[in-house]
Amino acid sequence: MEHMPSLYTAALRMTRNPSEAEDLVQETYLKAYRAFDSFQEGTNLKAWLYKIQTNTFINAYRARRRRPEQTELDDVEDLYLYRRLGGLEAATAGRSAEEQVMDLFTDAEVKSALDSLPEQFRIAVLLADVEGFSYKEIADIMDVPIGTVMSRIHRGRRALQKALYDFGQARGLVAQGRGAQGRGDG
Amino acid sequence: MPRDVEPRAGETGSAMDTTGADDCSESLHRLYHFLDGELTDERRAAIAHHLDECSPCLDAFDFEAELRVMISLKCRERVPDGLIERIAAAIRQERGWPGPAGRGDAFPV
Repeated sequence: MEHMPSLYTAALRMTRNPSEAEDLVQETYLKAYRAFDSFQEGTNLKAWLYKIQTNTFINAYRARRRRPEQTELDDVEDLYLYRRLGGLEAATAGRSAEEQVMDLFTDAEVKSALDSLPEQFRIAVLLADVEGFSYKEIADIMDVPIGTVMSRIHRGRRALQKALYDFGQARGLVAQGRGAQGRGDG
Repeated sequence: MPRDVEPRAGETGSAMDTTGADDCSESLHRLYHFLDGELTDERRAAIAHHLDECSPCLDAFDFEAELRVMISLKCRERVPDGLIERIAAAIRQERGWPGPAGRGDAFPV
């Protein structure tokens, strides 16, 4: 079950609930087992499992949802974080830029920021940025046109950056940087 | 400055100013498609060339690329204890284990 860590990671971000995430992964494997005849050898097994899990989640979630899913996003400009935090790398000598970016946010902040996105944007960003699927694979997994995928990823990423920035601001990270005046004219 | 590049069919004849604001704007516009590996070779090469010569754009691309790695790594979850066993047991039950071999025996996951 080599794909279980990524399926569980995705399930937890989809459901935002550990016990529901376990149930979702189990349901996914059972459906995959039952439908394995329809899996075409040589095609992408991981993408096939993700398609089953995404469908299962969306159907189960819609069935018990009382209110329509929120679809509004905090929309901000591209490079939102870079223009505000890009200068932080230079703050500490002797450390690589990668290490600096890695230290900008905690695990909990990144997870909470993703969890704050509406479902369709959350899933698109998860599949692209956490799992590394191509636009075409995501279109197949989510069963939407590729243009819709690109729009959801793009808007979702901007909203994610805004959410991360808000978390960073809440614990004073921004005070170390150059604030909203940062690299805004870049 | 124009480079030693033959004008290609379909190009509108604009100079290939590799340090100009147009190239920055064009590169940033395609930043996500570039990082996603979703560009044609030709466009990818044009942006890579621009990044070689434009450190402000390279800075922005690096930041976005590193941010993405950071997000991916910090979202990883450990599979809870017992989940694999629970799912394996559910599949065995579905199969009627230890019943006769069937189609699901090929199930690799």
